[in-house]
Amino acid sequence: MTFLNKITARTGLAAALLAGTVMSASAFTACQVTDTGGIDDAGFNQTAWKGVQDAMAANEEIEGRFLESQAETDYEANLNSLIEGGCDIIITVGFLMGDATKTAAEANPEQKFSIVDFAYDPTIDNVLGQVYATDQGAFLAGYLAAGMSETGVVGTFGGINIPPVTAFMDGFVHGVNYHNSEKGTDVQVLGWNPESSEGLFTGNFDSLDDGRAFAQNLYDEGADIVMPVAGPVGLGSATLAAEIGTDELKIIGVDADQTQTDPENADVYLTSVLKRMDSTVTQVIDMAMGDEFEGGLIVGTLENQGVGLAPYGAFESDVPEELKAEIEAVKAGIIDGSITVGE
Amino acid sequence: MSEHKDLKSVNEKMRSLMARTTHGRDDFEDLVIVPLFAVVVALVFGALIMLATAVDIPTIGRSFVALAVGSVGSLSAWSETLTAAVPLVLAGLGLGLGFRAGLFNIGAEGQLLMGGLAAVIAGFSLDFLPMVIHLPLTLLIGAAVGAGYAAIAGILKATTGAHEVISTIMLNLISFELLNWLLRQPWIQREGRSDPISKSVPDSARLPQLLDWISPNFRLHAGVFVMLLAVAFIWWLLFRSKVGFAFRTSGENPSAANYAGMKASLVIVLAMATAGALAGLAGAAQITGVLGRASPGFSAGIGFDAIAVALLGRSHPVGILFAGILFGGLEAGGRQMQVDAGVSIDLIGIIQALIIVFIAAPLLVRAIFPWGFRRSSKKEDAA
Repeated sequence: MTFLNKITARTGLAAALLAGTVMSASAFTACQVTDTGGIDDAGFNQTAWKGVQDAMAANEEIEGRFLESQAETDYEANLNSLIEGGCDIIITVGFLMGDATKTAAEANPEQKFSIVDFAYDPTIDNVLGQVYATDQGAFLAGYLAAGMSETGVVGTFGGINIPPVTAFMDGFVHGVNYHNSEKGTDVQVLGWNPESSEGLFTGNFDSLDDGRAFAQNLYDEGADIVMPVAGPVGLGSATLAAEIGTDELKIIGVDADQTQTDPENADVYLTSVLKRMDSTVTQVIDMAMGDEFEGGLIVGTLENQGVGLAPYGAFESDVPEELKAEIEAVKAGIIDGSITVGE
Repeated sequence: MSEHKDLKSVNEKMRSLMARTTHGRDDFEDLVIVPLFAVVVALVFGALIMLATAVDIPTIGRSFVALAVGSVGSLSAWSETLTAAVPLVLAGLGLGLGFRAGLFNIGAEGQLLMGGLAAVIAGFSLDFLPMVIHLPLTLLIGAAVGAGYAAIAGILKATTGAHEVISTIMLNLISFELLNWLLRQPWIQREGRSDPISKSVPDSARLPQLLDWISPNFRLHAGVFVMLLAVAFIWWLLFRSKVGFAFRTSGENPSAANYAGMKASLVIVLAMATAGALAGLAGAAQITGVLGRASPGFSAGIGFDAIAVALLGRSHPVGILFAGILFGGLEAGGRQMQVDAGVSIDLIGIIQALIIVFIAAPLLVRAIFPWGFRRSSKKEDAA
């Protein structure tokens, strides 16, 4: 952003003078702006940052930097801090950054950008969007939840009513409905209605208290499996499940395998709907390094493993083998197109 | 009789407490040295906290360099610092004015939200107006709505005695949810979006960018002039006008104000409304200068940070101006700190909080830096 800072970043001189160390000049700098959930949200932002870390681990010449957004109003300011700051690519994480990223990209046509969860129409030459068919992964989770529910009621809630969130919820509901029509069950989904696009939303991506309260409400309505789609908000739901016991309430994680990212409550996660932002981010960094970068879209699907279902964790032995086999069959069906996720 | 005496001494103590936060043109030490040392001590504590969280010393050095570079080290750093300072100073002026009138207004956040939202609505619905009318009108509507919203707490206090701390906190909560709900109404919500986000404010109601001829990334906008005008106006209002005299007298000695024939209830409502107008203007400036649209939580805690700004500025318009620029600089520099040194931006919040702790405890600062103060002040404290 600043010319002075540019010099600092390029040579490390000013910092070296004061700090007494010499910064290693890196050949490629990947910068990331997180959404309000923060870099350590055990899901969304953390997974995207893992992509940068993976790239760094694979190639010593890559340096990664990140900047956390504390409020929605920080997006533009954060982008400004990174622009001209020696970033070879700026990766913005989240649909809500769509406007800010577009503005910055149009003002700085030489700067490469990539945004997670936003597809521009028409595409912008210096922005590569990364989107995911998460409804495919969530469809499997819905099928699983319907097969596992004892009360016949499962629930979901979201952070904010935006497409990358509701895609999970759509898939989940369709997966439950598919189980109902295939197996003759009558499992209900609370919290989301795909037809009217209305449902339960916390209105934020950072309040763990909300996550707890919303899961409690769904549990009170009879749900024994809940899928929170709201980044770290879901950690609050997991705490509740750990307190009242997984016989009563199980959680389906999203974005990352939450048994790994939330080890404290690892045994409440029935599974997680994976959204492999780490793999697409690494891919984008490779493309930018290899001069293959162009504006457009990368789509993660079940087929290219951009989305998927995590292992069953603590429930590995509780999930019937038959159900596991059915899920594999449904997955194959979605990939070959014989099962459509939307109805 | 003794009860009466006790009450008198309590009152005197209260007054000297109030005087410390508001008054004292003669008290250079409280006005300048304490805040200065508070900032220094807070930065030192910030470094200690970084050490405690296993950040190595070179990184700490790098982070302070980044803090300086990112806040004042270049033109674009100044642009970001001032951009962040504009709403802080505007809202801080209102809060400082309230403090001087003896009102502890916690509601700037809500007033700012309501003012900003009104500015958005005025922005997109009056787009047939030419800019010379549209922009000032949009700002005025923002200020008026902020004033109205704050006046609710003022009227409640004046008529029923409801404490403004409680009522403004409650009004904040109401404003958050009201905003959330309004942003989902079809006449405000942006077409094609299902999340709560407003339509965009057209260019005719946007505060012009000042430095976009240098680089489109410079966000500094004409709100900075609005801010300076407001500083001058509030200084005049407080120290040169009859209304301001009434505000200050009521704050310092309500009984004296009463005997002098000032209507206490009117002063309360007026002071709250003026404070709200400034907070509303802060919201409107943020919307028309920076954001161009409203989304949930677009206030981003500015209304709360402004309380700190007003305290740090000792409720003096010029002090608030400098305090606001300092906080704006911490915000802009904090970002650079995270980018360059990887130190969490949350540290800036801690440093801001520490500054306030030390400001609120001048005795602590005096104890740490005894050589920074004259003897006499020590005697005063001891007494």
